[in-house]
Amino acid sequence: MKVKVKVRRFNPEKDHRPYWGEYQLEAQPTDRVLDLLVYIKGYIDGTLTFRRSCAHGICGSDAMVINGRNRLACKELVKDVGRTIVIEPLRGLPVIKDLAVDMEPFFRKYRSILPFLINDEPPPYTERLQSPEARERFDDTTKCILCAACTTSCPSFWANDSYLGPAAIVQAHRFIFDDRDRGAQARLAILAEADGVWRCRTIYNCVDACPREIDITRAIGEVKKLLLVE
Amino acid sequence: MIHRFDVIVVGAGGAGLMAALYASRGAKTAVISKLYPTRSHTGTAQGGIGAALGNMEEDHPEWHIFDTIKGSDYLADQDAVKILCEEAVGMVYELEHMGLPFDRTPDGRIAQRPFGGHTNNVTKQPVRRACHAADRTGHMILQTVYQQCIKNNVTFFDEYQVLDLLVNDEGHVAGVTAIHIDSGELHTFYGKATIFATGGFGRLWKITSNAYALTGDGVAVAFRRGIPLEDMEFYQFHPTGILGLGILLTEGVRGEGGVLINGEGERFMPRYAPTVKDLASRDVVSRAIYLEVRAGRGIGGKDYVYLDVRPETVNKYFVEDGVKNPDGTPRRITAQDIRRKLPDISDFCKTYLQLDPIKSPLPIQPTAHYAMGGIPTNNNAEVVIDAQGTVMPGFYAAGECACVSVHGANRLGTNSLVDILVFGRRAGQNAAIYAAQADWPRLPAAAEEPARAALAAIRNGTGREVVAQIRAEMRSLMMDNVGVFRTEALLSEALARLRDLKECFSRISIMDKGKRWNTELLEAWELGCMLDLAEVTTVAALTRTESRGAHFREDFPERDDVNWLKHSLAYLEADGQIRMDTKPVTLGLYEPARRVY
Repeated sequence: MKVKVKVRRFNPEKDHRPYWGEYQLEAQPTDRVLDLLVYIKGYIDGTLTFRRSCAHGICGSDAMVINGRNRLACKELVKDVGRTIVIEPLRGLPVIKDLAVDMEPFFRKYRSILPFLINDEPPPYTERLQSPEARERFDDTTKCILCAACTTSCPSFWANDSYLGPAAIVQAHRFIFDDRDRGAQARLAILAEADGVWRCRTIYNCVDACPREIDITRAIGEVKKLLLVE
Repeated sequence: MIHRFDVIVVGAGGAGLMAALYASRGAKTAVISKLYPTRSHTGTAQGGIGAALGNMEEDHPEWHIFDTIKGSDYLADQDAVKILCEEAVGMVYELEHMGLPFDRTPDGRIAQRPFGGHTNNVTKQPVRRACHAADRTGHMILQTVYQQCIKNNVTFFDEYQVLDLLVNDEGHVAGVTAIHIDSGELHTFYGKATIFATGGFGRLWKITSNAYALTGDGVAVAFRRGIPLEDMEFYQFHPTGILGLGILLTEGVRGEGGVLINGEGERFMPRYAPTVKDLASRDVVSRAIYLEVRAGRGIGGKDYVYLDVRPETVNKYFVEDGVKNPDGTPRRITAQDIRRKLPDISDFCKTYLQLDPIKSPLPIQPTAHYAMGGIPTNNNAEVVIDAQGTVMPGFYAAGECACVSVHGANRLGTNSLVDILVFGRRAGQNAAIYAAQADWPRLPAAAEEPARAALAAIRNGTGREVVAQIRAEMRSLMMDNVGVFRTEALLSEALARLRDLKECFSRISIMDKGKRWNTELLEAWELGCMLDLAEVTTVAALTRTESRGAHFREDFPERDDVNWLKHSLAYLEADGQIRMDTKPVTLGLYEPARRVY
């Protein structure tokens, strides 16, 4: 089938403002949107710039806005997006070139919530024991691949880019609800600040955006609830 | 711009991060990666990490050692395998202590599942050895080790791509040249010790489980600097890639009871591996699939078979085989078990095949997956540059880019995760110790010039050849001629055509002449790396006139221990030719025996 791909282009070395690049190509219904971008770059316009790596939804490199929604280009198939495919860079992060945005502000927020197990008690020689139920408690939030699709879909983040954003809260949740961790108080103190969890207005964009189907709003709700109890 | 660090780690997958974590405890350390660390390919490993914890049934590191050596078709160095399997146990506990969310047994211990080639050495039946976090074990390892690096303030240079290894006149490694992808500027990273943890090169083949990033940069860069490459003829094809796409469906699917079915509805693996059947090692299963297809028993006569993990199928064969749980009760599986234990696999099948593994069999074909060969190292992760084991001062390698050799001619599933962590740790520790006592090596004059010239040649090229076209031709050629089954005719043809493609590569041009984020330039440079490695692989495959592990020569179908129980070494000569040499295999624990599963 013939498809038209419209890409929001911007080259910082040449362009004063972004413009739309349009490409017509032949595609299979089961092609990934990423396959189309790779084809355009390989055979039509080598200057088209985007990140990609694993191409099956695990590495988190190729989050972008596809027909208005935050998606991984490698998990969107042509048959599901129609014959006209409009692709833009993630919103709320500075565009570097075409679809590549500056990820540093995103990773800074990630690092700020102490994203590592905190437990100074000497471990046993073998594994610490953890019940399957306790393990299940934070299973959903261990799936996060840090693609930034959720945070950059969030109107609260667009309005105020100092907001931690859903991804950082998901990462905090993964440790707060792990019964081996002892750092919950330190993390909750960060999440209780003005730019923390209360900026979430439960708009649910993040849930739609998450390629890992993490129930993000629920995770944020659990953190909010814990803060109220504390 | 020059950066000075005691230890420079190139690559931020499991091996690089583990190396950095350990090196940074005793030395000023930097990690350079062309991807953000969490994008690294370790994150796509699914089924588990092998360690004889014995949490669910009797198991011993000695059994793991034997299985690994047998799996390697006796080409692995047995002292290295001993280290791998013995240190695996402590490494898994260390990961748990770091916070890795392993699945748990009812009594709270780390859960384990069966995997291909891992057996109870007494009963010969599959043993539960693969420690798992659902089917995203690699994701959890990558995240956990990265988290520890953040906790320990490791210095990262994200999205810097290494283009050259700096070797001075004394033969010491003095660091690397890298391009900052965002600015396009070259940077010199000057260090006492340099660790390559740059991963594999599955992108040489058309159907692959490997990420776009896996273009073998580190291996090619080392080769061009005179370091020989070991055992390059051994490249693993994983039996179960999604048809046409190559996306991996973990061996854990068969670990949970899934079976391979041909076009006649027959579960065919018992004909090839009567004891462990579908859980034979990967080389055996991939060849079996090709042989079924060749005999006209593909699905609908085509070039693929089914992986069937529907509960009714699995339970039928559990009954037939009398498979039991550790407590002696008959083993059965439900749809819910599959969803819980294989959630990502279910998601891949839904997304890319529009199939539910609980309701439909899955079309699969072997997919290029893992390089057993690479940069030769000793057990300390020091790079060695000849058959005598001479160490190249200041240079270390670990993970898929390295060849210790713990995998020999065929790697067992789960052992790559063990390898990256055990030898990544050794690389980090030893590099830090070396840096503490070594003087600063002399930095070569105009260190950045070779990299600058290589990029300029591509940027200024005015020929008519197209990078994507050459790349596509190379990948098809490697798939057809240098894949699971090889012959002298196929390999010779491949070599001639690869040399044509290299010649075409000298006449490419690119459209993007800019500096910032010029990924067209870098993709072209990566193609140069891949063409070099394709040629080495093909020459090595032509030279080895026997069949062993993943290297199967139809014109030499038997293993030949008299002439070929040895590693190969490929050297780049000054005139651009590849010279092949050999070095002995370290035995000592198990004498080579016939390999039957």
